[in-house]
Amino acid sequence: MDEDRRKFLKLAGVAALGIGSASLVKTVNGKERRSGKFPQALEGKRWAMVIDLAKCQEHEGCTLCMNACNQVHNIPHFDDPRHEIKWIWKEPFENALPNQEEDFLEQGVSKGPAVVLCNHCERPPCVRVCPTQATFKREDGIVMMDMHRCIGCRYCIVACPYGSRSFNWQDPHLGLGDINPGYPTRMRGVVEKCIFCEERLAKGKLPACVEACPYGALTFGDLDDPGSKVRKLLKSRYAVRRKVELGTRPGVFYLV
Amino acid sequence: MIEYAFKGSKRYWSWVIILLLIIGAGVGTGVYQWFKGLGITGMGRDIPWGFYIAQFTFLVGVAASAVMVVLPYYLHHYKTFARMTVLGEFVAIAACIMCMTFIFVDMGRPDRILNVFLHPTPNSLMFWDTVVLFGYLVLNSVIAWTTFRAERQDITPPRWIKPFIYLSIPWAFSIHTVTAFLYSGLEGRPFWMSAILAPRFLASAFAAGPALVVVACLIVRKYTRYDPGVDAIRALGKVIAYAMTANFFFIGLELFTGLYSDIPHHVHHFEYLFLGHGGHAGLVPWIWTSVLLGLIGLVMLIVPKTRNNLSTLGFASVLVFVSLWIDKGMAMVIVGFIPTPLGYYLDYHPTLPELTISAGVYAMGLLIITALYKMAITVRERDLYPGG
Amino acid sequence: MYDSGKVITGLLAFAVLVTLPFWYTAAGGKGGFRPEPKLAPGLEGKKCVESKAFMRASHMDLLNLWRDEVVRQDLRVHFSPDGRAFEKSLTNTCLKCHSNTGEFCDRCHNYVGVQPYCWDCHMEKKLKGAE
Ligand code: HEC
Ligand code: HEC
Ligand code: HEC
Repeated sequence: MDEDRRKFLKLAGVAALGIGSASLVKTVNGKERRSGKFPQALEGKRWAMVIDLAKCQEHEGCTLCMNACNQVHNIPHFDDPRHEIKWIWKEPFENALPNQEEDFLEQGVSKGPAVVLCNHCERPPCVRVCPTQATFKREDGIVMMDMHRCIGCRYCIVACPYGSRSFNWQDPHLGLGDINPGYPTRMRGVVEKCIFCEERLAKGKLPACVEACPYGALTFGDLDDPGSKVRKLLKSRYAVRRKVELGTRPGVFYLV
Repeated sequence: MIEYAFKGSKRYWSWVIILLLIIGAGVGTGVYQWFKGLGITGMGRDIPWGFYIAQFTFLVGVAASAVMVVLPYYLHHYKTFARMTVLGEFVAIAACIMCMTFIFVDMGRPDRILNVFLHPTPNSLMFWDTVVLFGYLVLNSVIAWTTFRAERQDITPPRWIKPFIYLSIPWAFSIHTVTAFLYSGLEGRPFWMSAILAPRFLASAFAAGPALVVVACLIVRKYTRYDPGVDAIRALGKVIAYAMTANFFFIGLELFTGLYSDIPHHVHHFEYLFLGHGGHAGLVPWIWTSVLLGLIGLVMLIVPKTRNNLSTLGFASVLVFVSLWIDKGMAMVIVGFIPTPLGYYLDYHPTLPELTISAGVYAMGLLIITALYKMAITVRERDLYPGG
Repeated sequence: MYDSGKVITGLLAFAVLVTLPFWYTAAGGKGGFRPEPKLAPGLEGKKCVESKAFMRASHMDLLNLWRDEVVRQDLRVHFSPDGRAFEKSLTNTCLKCHSNTGEFCDRCHNYVGVQPYCWDCHMEKKLKGAE
């Protein structure tokens, strides 16, 4: 954290000159306030993730990506499966990608688990149903969650075809060990989910899970950029997405 | 007129006090839920909506069904319903208030409820449902109050009320349609994603609501000197019979499309509902009870002899009401979640706190109905038997 | 109708009574307050993200703006009028300087009777310390 801060302060000088940062003027009580982005922020048009199942499955029982996410985002642990909060976790192939298992038997990946997370759909059902715009799609394709506005109606959980959203059925502090002061915790009564680490992208860092995977099974990048790593992978390998028939157009791809 | 609700016999007051005690228990548990979070209910990450929302769905139907007495009376000048209309409207008012309370207790952050209006979102059906429900409550309150006051003063209701009455008819259909859209517009939940869901909701509502009004009228007949009219009650019996037939027909359509097409995602839900799956069969006894009660009730309502006899009609109405309550207030919402989007099976068990809160909400509704009926009946008894 | 008029008046009177505290504050009940928030040691002579007067009057609006801009518009840097840049963060910016929240933020807030609910999520240290 401290290193970040030092880096930031150095860069702040640059930002003050307005280099590399979009700035916007807003008024608070009649006075103008200027805002901007960090100059090192990663920007994209359509963020996406490609998961190499074979690489991932080579390491049975590995939970590095999940641990990193849980730690960075202060995700509590509860034993009761009803109250679990999950941003990224593993599911058996046939649960994650139903009806796609037969076709790829020879590669063998349909026998192992698949990492699942929010798909950051291009046409997200959760956003469509949210009555307060607490969940919304950003211009870079990230489906964002505003925990300040969420009223806890859980319609988004009902609408999500992937089971990717979690609700705080109780005070999450009850299930938290060490807390990362760099990211806020939550309170009972709001919905949360993977946000593609937008808070890290804003500071020029890749999502925590991608950074944590030493095997390169997770690749993150801009789908709109033909030269991006994700585009190259998708060009060279066959990939599937979860429940494409629903037309949600997920942003998470699985190489099989 | 309100004062009539505060004067009553011992029996009236004991009933009111019982209701108040249940409400008190509900409020107490509600406070507990507010501090602990919704984790005290049987809901969880795989079954995010449970008993509360199911009750809400069922009661929207009850609210909408007031139109079954309003429509014949105002649109077709069916005078038989003259003394019943206001009773139906009062049930609708109470049902609306119960609906809103159920939504409220289901929210994780009820303190932020205003966000729905501060950030209105027309693409969300939840937003529309809140709007139409609130509108329906206002409409019915204004109509019932105005017409009833006019009746009491022996004058014809003011002319300006007419457009509101006509508006309330399509509005009633809209509240239950929008509630069905809440479910049927979700691509991720194949059990609900059916165009017949809205008509099915309406049919079951037009059976359950009038069944409740029949029971209410029979109780009123028994314990007061006011008679809503035997013919009116019998006519309602016919309404229930038609609506219940349509309801079964629609369920049959769902079953056919789901099962004959043999698409796994459809079949799985029906299988879980009627047969259970891998040791999970939480709804099986309920749904078969519902089917059985519904069929018996329907037969009793179709056969003229049992339909015209008030005690068998009352019994059949209870059967129909319970059957539809199980169907909508227990099964319909829960089955949509099982199997889960990730293909898992589990059962849902409402917890004691959850049921206590729900009982409190129902008691509040009954208290509202009681108070409103008390007013209406006191006024009418005076008209019928001046001087006591 | 006379009686129901009385009932309605009664209900209204009751409603006014229970909401009296709100009316009191709305009518300027917090006027003339002088709590002395204590600056954390080492902050003397430094400057806040905005002028003192502005902060005192509008810090809640500024925080709400920060919150919305960060979460909804991905704008994370605040420029103060004199050109200094700050990361928009409650815990990492405000509370890094104002580390003595109890004597600073709370002292004022207790005085005026507001309890920002932000701490449920935004201040872990205090939550831990309190237990
Ligand atoms: C339900 C938990 C919750 C509550 C309550 C809450 N916040 Fe937040 N807040 C968050 C989360 C989570 C983020 C991080 C969003 C992101 O960057 O991904 C955040 C981010 C912020 C940010 C920008 C980033 C940062 O780290 O500070 C500000 C400013 C902020 N909130 C202000 C507030 C204010 C002011 C309140 C009280 C009025 C408040 N919040 C209450 C959860 C909460
Ligand atoms: C660089 C350190 C620093 C940061 C960051 C900072 N403050 Fe301050 N703040 C100060 C100092 C120093 C003062 C005293 C200013 C003065 O005396 O001119 C002050 C004054 C204030 C006051 C007025 C106190 C009074 O006596 O009226 C408020 C309110 C306040 N800060 C709130 C905040 C909030 C909210 C944030 C985050 C948005 C914040 N501050 C961020 C250093 C900081
Ligand atoms: C000079 C006194 C003072 C200081 C110091 C102060 N506040 Fe406040 N704060 C207020 C007042 C007064 C209000 C209430 C404004 C209102 O009711 O409109 C308020 C309101 C707020 C609110 C909005 C709460 C709500 O419910 O709307 C937030 C958030 C807040 N303060 C954060 C802070 C933080 C964080 C600090 C410390 C860094 C701080 N304040 C320091 C006086 C102060």
